[in-house]
Amino acid sequence: MSKRDADRLALFLLLAPFALWILLLIVLPHLGIGYLSLREKVAPRVYQFGFANYIDFIREPIYWNTLLRTAWMSVLVTVLTLFIGFPIAYYIAKVAGRRSRAALFLLCLVPLWVSDLVRAFGWIMLLRETGILSGLLQWSGLSAGPVEMLYNDATVIVGLIYTVVLFMIVPIVSTLDGMDDSLIEAGYNLGGGRLTVLRRIVVPYAMPGIVAGCIIVFMLTAGSYLTPILLGGKNSMWFTEQIYDQFITRYNWESGSTFGILLLVFTSLVVWAGLRLTGQNLANTVAKR
Amino acid sequence: MTSDSTNDLECERLTKRFGAFTAVDDVSFEIPSGSFFSILGPSGCGKTTLMRMIAGFEEPAAGDIRIRGRSVIGTPANKRNVKMVFQHLALFPMMNVGENIAYGLRCAGVGRAEVERRVGAVLERIGLPGVETKQINQLSGGQKQRIAIARCMVLEPDVLLLDEPLGALDLKLRERMKIELKLLQHQFDTTFVYITHDQSEALVMSDRVAVMNGGRFEQIGTPQELYHAPATGFVAGFVGDSNRWRGRVRGGGELLEVETGDGVRLRCRPGAGALAEGAAVEVFVRPEALSLQPAGAPEAEGPANSPANRLEGRVDSLLFNGAASRVLVRGAGDQLVEVGHVPGPGVPELRPGDAVVLGFAPAEATCFAAASA
Repeated sequence: MSKRDADRLALFLLLAPFALWILLLIVLPHLGIGYLSLREKVAPRVYQFGFANYIDFIREPIYWNTLLRTAWMSVLVTVLTLFIGFPIAYYIAKVAGRRSRAALFLLCLVPLWVSDLVRAFGWIMLLRETGILSGLLQWSGLSAGPVEMLYNDATVIVGLIYTVVLFMIVPIVSTLDGMDDSLIEAGYNLGGGRLTVLRRIVVPYAMPGIVAGCIIVFMLTAGSYLTPILLGGKNSMWFTEQIYDQFITRYNWESGSTFGILLLVFTSLVVWAGLRLTGQNLANTVAKR
Repeated sequence: MTSDSTNDLECERLTKRFGAFTAVDDVSFEIPSGSFFSILGPSGCGKTTLMRMIAGFEEPAAGDIRIRGRSVIGTPANKRNVKMVFQHLALFPMMNVGENIAYGLRCAGVGRAEVERRVGAVLERIGLPGVETKQINQLSGGQKQRIAIARCMVLEPDVLLLDEPLGALDLKLRERMKIELKLLQHQFDTTFVYITHDQSEALVMSDRVAVMNGGRFEQIGTPQELYHAPATGFVAGFVGDSNRWRGRVRGGGELLEVETGDGVRLRCRPGAGALAEGAAVEVFVRPEALSLQPAGAPEAEGPANSPANRLEGRVDSLLFNGAASRVLVRGAGDQLVEVGHVPGPGVPELRPGDAVVLGFAPAEATCFAAASA
């Protein structure tokens, strides 16, 4: 066996797990779902090829309204997460001292030790009618009766931000970490105020991290299931809930697959539109100059 | 105190402490308009802290900084008309060359057409016309340097601070940039304050140099003064090459007689302050001040007790470096002495192991009280 063959074999072996992962867990299921979504049910156990499932989706406003609502709330969560996450990331990367930086980073990670489900129940304990916050308001006299703080959009958004904010902080910290402090000092030295330095130097430098964080947060939010269901209850109207319903409750796999494909296509479109609007491209984000 | 309006920058009794550590200790100096002033010192001597105080990134614990006669204590960094070229230049990587230079003008609220005109003009002056649309990573090291200076100079600062900007360049380019920096300074006719640990950079470019050590200024003077008449032992050892002998004062007078640890007696000029008999001193002699004769060669004529110092030794090695060639001579007590020696016609040829006699006039040897150890 020549050296070139050996190199090729090594490359093949290295890539094999990755290729298997992509093929078995991403490509094949999506092909299956895509195939299912294009099957029309014409009679019990009789199927034919067609777009009836997609037409059904468009005909039923509750379906596409839910999809639009999910996308819109996810965009809102992404923007709010950015505004909350960026100052935290900036503080960790640029303001905090060497030693406290690691501790702060660890603190950000601690919530991940606990499962999503338990964390959602934590919010329920705090916010329900007989919960801690409601009790506190009554005890302090700020409220006459019990207050229900669960099952509304604001709670869902707060809960979602809480679950995803870490995924905004990490990429931004790692880009800002590579930024030379003297760039910021040069920004001031040449006459820039705080806002100018932030707008023209810090944010453009952190842009790859911001874009990466926004994409991750948006996709996680749009695809999340537990938090909207538990905190939003029946009012949450999250699109993943519709998919679950179709697959599990109504046992309509064809319709469920259609919804799955639509969610993927629609969120991808939103990400693409977001990148176009902000003048960024994916290549820039992934491979930083 | 009235301030002289011909000084661009004055610092008065400036002090900065970090906890118990005093980084800058009671430093005073003034820099006349349009001059090239260097602050030379080893790393950790406080020169960077001093410069950051002038730029406004650090607040002094005590003292005053005046720019064109006006105190800037309490003025934030972005309101001082002092611009800075950073050690790694700190050009903004997400902007192209034109945007980098325009940044300061835009901050100052200059109109778009005017910004364009002034950016073009400053690029013309630094000899890089038409590079506005280039990206920073398309520039060579020397070009980046000039862009970083242009980015400051377009704002017409009262004082330009340079923090070892040549440190990252390779040797050849560094030599060229030294000359170029000096020319740029003449061209812009602005006061440059240059921070460096490299004495050759400071000597070549500066009108005046301040030597800094342990947070204090040891001496301020022209490069010639520092080289030929150092005020302290630190300056004598740090600026230029020197041979150094430790010893004790054995006799006084206009010229001191010093006995080194190896029993050699040297006559030398006291550098600063009175030195009592028995005081521990260090004697500094420049390599080019030493004369070198093969042993046994006819002695240069002179009275029996000539004031010239003589040392015997053997050639240890020859260091050829063109006009700056040296010979290392192993003298008494195994000490290596560096001697300037340019091989050429009429100069005796030397080989390692040759016995030689070194000589130097007492006026060329300066002695200072030894640093307390």
